[in-house]
Amino acid sequence: METQMFITILISVVQISIVLSLVALSVPLLILMERKVIGFMQSRIGPKRVGPSGMLQTIADGLKLLLKEDIIPDRADKWVFRLAPMIVLVPAFVAFAVVPFSGTGLNVFGQRITPWVTDLNIGILFIIAISSVGVFGIILGGWASNSKYPLLGALRSAAQMVSYEVPLGLALVGGLMWAGTASMVGIVEAQREAHLWFFIPQVVGTVIYFMAGVAETNRAPFDLAEAETELVSGFHTEYSGMRFGLYFIAEYANMLIVAAVATTMFFGGWLRPFPNVSWLAFLDIFNFILPGQWGPFMSGLMWVIIKVSCFIFLYYWIRATFPRYRYDQLMSIGWKWLLPLALANIMGTGALLLWLGQTG
Amino acid sequence: MPLIFYMLALVAVVSALMVVTRPNAVHSAMWLVLTFFAVAGLYILQGAEYIAAVQVLVYAGGIMVLFLFVIMLVNLEQVDGFVRSRMRLSGAVVLAGLMLVSVGAAFRLAGVTQVVPLPDGGLPGSLAGPGEPSLAAGNLEVVGTILLTSYLLPFELVSVVLLVAVVGAIVLARREA
Repeated sequence: METQMFITILISVVQISIVLSLVALSVPLLILMERKVIGFMQSRIGPKRVGPSGMLQTIADGLKLLLKEDIIPDRADKWVFRLAPMIVLVPAFVAFAVVPFSGTGLNVFGQRITPWVTDLNIGILFIIAISSVGVFGIILGGWASNSKYPLLGALRSAAQMVSYEVPLGLALVGGLMWAGTASMVGIVEAQREAHLWFFIPQVVGTVIYFMAGVAETNRAPFDLAEAETELVSGFHTEYSGMRFGLYFIAEYANMLIVAAVATTMFFGGWLRPFPNVSWLAFLDIFNFILPGQWGPFMSGLMWVIIKVSCFIFLYYWIRATFPRYRYDQLMSIGWKWLLPLALANIMGTGALLLWLGQTG
Repeated sequence: MPLIFYMLALVAVVSALMVVTRPNAVHSAMWLVLTFFAVAGLYILQGAEYIAAVQVLVYAGGIMVLFLFVIMLVNLEQVDGFVRSRMRLSGAVVLAGLMLVSVGAAFRLAGVTQVVPLPDGGLPGSLAGPGEPSLAAGNLEVVGTILLTSYLLPFELVSVVLLVAVVGAIVLARREA
């Protein structure tokens, strides 16, 4: 009994370490991808000096941030200033606890290892609740700097993130109604049973969710919290060295979370396209390459990574395409368009499900 | 289980004390967030994970952000004078004592001697009517079902109250009538 409990805890620790390092290690990759993609879209080359075609650029940047002096402004609230980057980073990583990375687990040394850290029955609520805490890091960081531009950035960010949390949550409700469960694994299983990705009946919900998600992560064109033409660089103006780096990592981790939730909720998670059409089974290529349990595991992981990457690419595409919104435009989009649309989407979904007789 | 309960309770009480003793309003707000988290942990211990998630989402993620927003907008000076005023301090202590006594009296009158986790089978008799789902069905389903059946009228009334508040805020915020 004692050893079984010890093994269970050990497995959890291993799972958590793998997920954490995967997320942390993908951040340099995402930054490199962003610079390359946006460079390509703007007819530039992007980073190319460090390593083969600039592959090591972000590692060099990371090292530089680590080695830089950690400057804390003289009049800053020192404790809050130190704490704020951590408050942003921790929720961004904790949210990955319920993200399913693949469909089938692995048996290693006779122990079952699931491809998710835990499967809560309130999974999606957990992610929304935990992510809503991250905004404190931005507000407190801006306030603790004791400087006007960070404070303005923090105030903007507070209003923006609270506003867009509402359509973000409501857009997910439509998908939840189709799934009939809030568990992240259960949502994907529901899509397997329904033979369709919930993107198809929830086009409106998906679009609203992703727009609100872009705003929630403070990315262009909703990056008013750090509008460099007006606010130097917003809430993290006074941050230097790795404390600034933590804000940076948290931003990319949050983008990954938004993409992972969209993948799970609307795009079938680890399922291949048209999971019920049997002649498309060849798409799960790892099933034929790898032996036994590793095949389905790697196929599922591949689909999750492909889908998440598409959303990340969409982030970059949007950033390269749209100019930044004005603040009043931002508020009217959120409250006058996204919110009523999301409510209408819920009503429409309810009516449709009632009509289809699937209300159970 | 009792150990986790006492740890969470300790965090909740200590951080609540910090909320009322910090001279800086922003620090108070931060301690209050910690209190909310500890209380959310207590909800999870009671098997009410939906309430815990909503507690964090609404109070920590929504209401406290607005609190901070207001604190920063009005730029509260540190309220040292308020705490040092002996009249106010003694008044506050008396009020807090009265509060403690009345909460204790309420528990005593209701016959509550100890707090126990809910049984796995379902809601306590006072909440679950005949034919209502048990807790085993999952928090979300139970709360949704009860809200839209037994408590439909109060639920809708609350939404009307909220609508009134929204309309009131718009009326106050509009410049020309």
